[in-house]
Amino acid sequence: MSVMGTSGEERNDYTKDESRQIRQRSLRLLGSLISPLRARVILTMVVVVVSTAAQVAGPALIAFGIDRALPALINGNSLPLVLVVAAYLITGVAGATMIAWYTVLSARVSQAILFDLRKRVFLHTQRLSLEFHESYTSGRIIARQTSDLDAIRELLDSGINQLVQGALYMVFIAIAMFSLDWVSGLVLFASLAPLAFLTRWFQLRSQLHFRETRTTSAKLIVHFVETMTGIRAVKAFRKEERNREHFGGLVEKYRDANARVIRLFGIFDPALVLIGNVALAMILLLGGLRVSTGDLAIGALLGALLYARQFFAPAQEMAMFYNSYQSAAAALEKISGVLEEEPSVVDPTTPIDLRKASGTVKFDGVEFAYNSDKVILPKFDLELPAGQTVAMVGTTGAGKSTLAKLISRFYDPSQGTVSLDGVDLRKLHPKDLRRAIVMVTQEAYLFSGNVADNISLGKPDATREEIVAAAKAVGAHEFIEALPNGYDTDVNKRGGRVSAGQRQLLSFARAFIADPVVLILDEATASLDIPSERLVQAGLQTLLSDRTAIIIAHRLSTVAIADRVLVMEHGRVIEDGTPQELISGSGKFAQLHAAWKDSLV
Amino acid sequence: MSQQSAKPERPKAVGTFTAISRLYPYVKSAMPYIYLGMLAALAAGIVALLIPQVLRSLVDGPLQSGDSSQIWPAFLIVLGLGIVEAIMIALRRFFVLTPGTHVEARMRNTLYMTLQHLPVSFHDRWPSGQLLSRAVSDLNLIRRWFSFGLVLLVVNVLTIIVGLIFLVNISWVLGIIFIASSIPLWIYGYVFEKRYSIVARRSQDQTGDLATAVEESVHGIRVLKAFGRGKHALTGFSVRAENLRGTEIEKARAIAGIWLWLLLVPDVTFALGLLGGVWLVVQGQISAGDLVAFFATATVLRFPVESIGFLLSMTFDARTAADRFFEVMDSDNPITDPENPQTITESKGLLEFTNVHFRYPDSPANVPDLINGIDLRIEPGETMALVGLTGSGKSTITALTTRLYDVTEGAITIDGVDIRNLTLVELRRHLAMAFEDATLFSSSVRENVLMGRPDSTEEELREALEIAQADFVYDLPSGLDTLVGEEGLSLSGGQRQRLALARAVAAQPAVLVLDDPLSALDVDTEALVEAALRRVLSATTGLIVAHRPSTVMLADRVALLENGKVTAVGEHSHLLATSSHYRYVISSLEEEEQEVRS
Repeated sequence: MSVMGTSGEERNDYTKDESRQIRQRSLRLLGSLISPLRARVILTMVVVVVSTAAQVAGPALIAFGIDRALPALINGNSLPLVLVVAAYLITGVAGATMIAWYTVLSARVSQAILFDLRKRVFLHTQRLSLEFHESYTSGRIIARQTSDLDAIRELLDSGINQLVQGALYMVFIAIAMFSLDWVSGLVLFASLAPLAFLTRWFQLRSQLHFRETRTTSAKLIVHFVETMTGIRAVKAFRKEERNREHFGGLVEKYRDANARVIRLFGIFDPALVLIGNVALAMILLLGGLRVSTGDLAIGALLGALLYARQFFAPAQEMAMFYNSYQSAAAALEKISGVLEEEPSVVDPTTPIDLRKASGTVKFDGVEFAYNSDKVILPKFDLELPAGQTVAMVGTTGAGKSTLAKLISRFYDPSQGTVSLDGVDLRKLHPKDLRRAIVMVTQEAYLFSGNVADNISLGKPDATREEIVAAAKAVGAHEFIEALPNGYDTDVNKRGGRVSAGQRQLLSFARAFIADPVVLILDEATASLDIPSERLVQAGLQTLLSDRTAIIIAHRLSTVAIADRVLVMEHGRVIEDGTPQELISGSGKFAQLHAAWKDSLV
Repeated sequence: MSQQSAKPERPKAVGTFTAISRLYPYVKSAMPYIYLGMLAALAAGIVALLIPQVLRSLVDGPLQSGDSSQIWPAFLIVLGLGIVEAIMIALRRFFVLTPGTHVEARMRNTLYMTLQHLPVSFHDRWPSGQLLSRAVSDLNLIRRWFSFGLVLLVVNVLTIIVGLIFLVNISWVLGIIFIASSIPLWIYGYVFEKRYSIVARRSQDQTGDLATAVEESVHGIRVLKAFGRGKHALTGFSVRAENLRGTEIEKARAIAGIWLWLLLVPDVTFALGLLGGVWLVVQGQISAGDLVAFFATATVLRFPVESIGFLLSMTFDARTAADRFFEVMDSDNPITDPENPQTITESKGLLEFTNVHFRYPDSPANVPDLINGIDLRIEPGETMALVGLTGSGKSTITALTTRLYDVTEGAITIDGVDIRNLTLVELRRHLAMAFEDATLFSSSVRENVLMGRPDSTEEELREALEIAQADFVYDLPSGLDTLVGEEGLSLSGGQRQRLALARAVAAQPAVLVLDDPLSALDVDTEALVEAALRRVLSATTGLIVAHRPSTVMLADRVALLENGKVTAVGEHSHLLATSSHYRYVISSLEEEEQEVRS
């Protein structure tokens, strides 16, 4: 099994090699994100090192003040006191200013990384071919770009900050401690053993429990979103009470998992304080005995005690780092997997321009298969002359949509070539391809924004007049005018106000305004009422007169305007002729047509 | 953007305290534990403050005199106090842990129930992402604030006060230095409140906007690809991501500001304390032990003083989260159960519309009602088809019958009882509905179909599936137990529609409302479903939205809708003969074409 790209993403049982492969992949990604920021990262590091050093100076200066400046002052020399106070003020101001600076610097770095990563994933997702999107569900790809990026943000925002600052803090304190009083330094050093043991225990346990909170929260979220998006059905079928029980159960599991994590902290946190306090008492004992014999100055003892008190403060946050690191690492692994996916439909390296296409579509020895034993379209040749309107008929799964997707280059053929005006689609400039060929599908998706925005998606620089003209041509103008703000009405994503039929009209207008030479309609009139369909078809007849059109429809009414009908079955074209020829024959189409006529009035 | 319209006007400017105190009913039962937790935390704080006092007497006593025998008791006291502090911290966590998670769980369940009961018009306005962030991250934040932020905020303030008393007790000069230099901190904390809460809210909103952009780019991928508009989408996304980045850096600046003061103030205090302290010792005003105790106490107070900053920012975050929570909880729910519900003991299924009007609350005044005075009577057992142009109000009428929206004037009755006088549960038991866009939930096929009547027999289930021509379910990997929906197998549009139809049929209602239930089916399947449906409808009152002549044939009578009014009612053939608008709406293109061609 391969772990290239997103395959094997759901597995938990990676071999050593696979794990290494994945880890290297995410490290490469991380490296490529950081390298453009190298200078800024180095500056940030310098600032944090200097600021931490300045912050740690305090207790040593107090020790100096008590042990040296105090006796000096008694002897009438105030200079040491002035010096030590000035040093304290300078280190204090410098430390605080630089920490503030560091906060902004590190936010800049992490935001730059996030921005870069967000854009990369977004762009790559858009580049990936439809084949990928069809197998990798929309929920997963959205999770990559939201919750996974959140995990990384959390690590960058707080995790790394805490680790770097905390580690530096402890190192500097240890250095200061040893230089102040090596015995106390040894006590501190000895306390590292239980500290390490405690931290390791915490890491192992929390890893387990954190994973549990993540899985329980994921379940909770899925159920919640499903309820909200399906609220009409929930209400209509009185599912509220049953949902409440189910959701309540999920909430409880999530609560329990959370409680376990908190309980872990409930042990870790006091244990940390205990270790710190025991160390403090030990330093006091060993220091006190030496002070009483005059081997140690009082100021030095105080300094050691103050350091001991501060030494353990960052330990808890540092222990948490491991968790945010782990979820971020897992997120990065998945994201790097998506980024590793190669689009199966790639843009040409040396594109051929085709400014003005006439619209001849040709299939030359084309075969399409997902893999060798799942051939969808067996090898075939087909020519659709410029200007012809072709209807494709056949049962679900006959391969009509696949054929259409080959023309619009959502897929590339496994063998042979599809060409427009003799130019292989794979070599055609993507801009020219999209301008020449447009496909309208049954699911008429509307983006948030107003009606005009949605129509002008077909031609971003369209004027309002052009937009209105397109809407009029497909018969959408009247309902749009009746909306609260006409063309400026916000189309709510949930489509409370815009019915399925109206959505479809809008997506027609969108295609109309794009003005392609080849237009593919894949079940694009299924939700229209008959007058709208009639209007659309009347519009189509003029619209399609000078362009190539491929119309896929279950409903035979659509076929009426076609010059030619292709009947498909099991991926093959079994009948090909004008509608009149086929109806008068005895083939599949004649049968379908007869059955359909019966279903009418 | 849709989010903007989704967000109601900002809550009026109220203090953070007032905003948060609205949470009280949810946390009430947990309060005793919170108080206990505070007590334990306070005890821990005071114990920590006692250690410097021990040092003070140690320095002034045995260490001065060189009496090393006295050092051991001092060591034992410090050790003992240290152990007590750890125990108290453990106790604080023990007290607040479980109650805090229960508060969160309770709020989450309440929010979920409220959302389920809020009318469809609410859900039309609010994208599910906005609701989700309230149900998950906002409540999480509130819990953390409640069991951690609140407790420490109260206790740390108290600890600081107690610490100040100790400091003044050591030397009033040093105490005043400590208090005076803390003042800028409190002033800055107030400034910080305003600045941070605005940015925090904006960041949350922009994160939501960005997520919406992502969702749209994924769900609309086919459109974007078909028109080659990937660049266009990327630009929109980049702008939002850039906005968020700007906000996050602004947030970091605000945090940097508070950090600056939080670190600067103690350092200046210590420096001044050192200056004043040494001078006081030389003057003989205080002892060396007093000076040691001052620094040790001030060090103990460092964390409480520093923590005020992030505890404040946490409090403002929690306030924002509480505002967002109540934005939903405060939404009006006009569609509720009546106070004195009536019941229908034996439903016959007489569905009647009397002068029914409906308009969306936000439609402009000059626009006529969407449903503009409908009178319609559907006899028990009769099936009525609703025919009309797109946008004539057909789907709206079906939604009104099951109270997804309420009529704005007039009434709908079942068996003579106004549907607003029935409980929602009862109404929806008498009346089942199949929607054009069929929603399946993450559970088995069986549960999805039996949603309206979970106690049905196997036989009834099989029959419903048969009527909807949904026998493909037997070929699914685990048959009827196959998991479908978001977490399960994805089915095609036609398959989902058939399951939704089976669901409505299996509910065995007195009134069956079908909103264009066959639109995604191919011709052959459609014919089979219609034949089977005709059997069901012969015994049930039916209301069917129809776009096609074939669907109309299921009905006994047809109501023609035009601009929100019923302009003709009658049998199909009658309407064909008498109504030109009906002919225009329903007669097929093909027919005309045929006439032209033949």
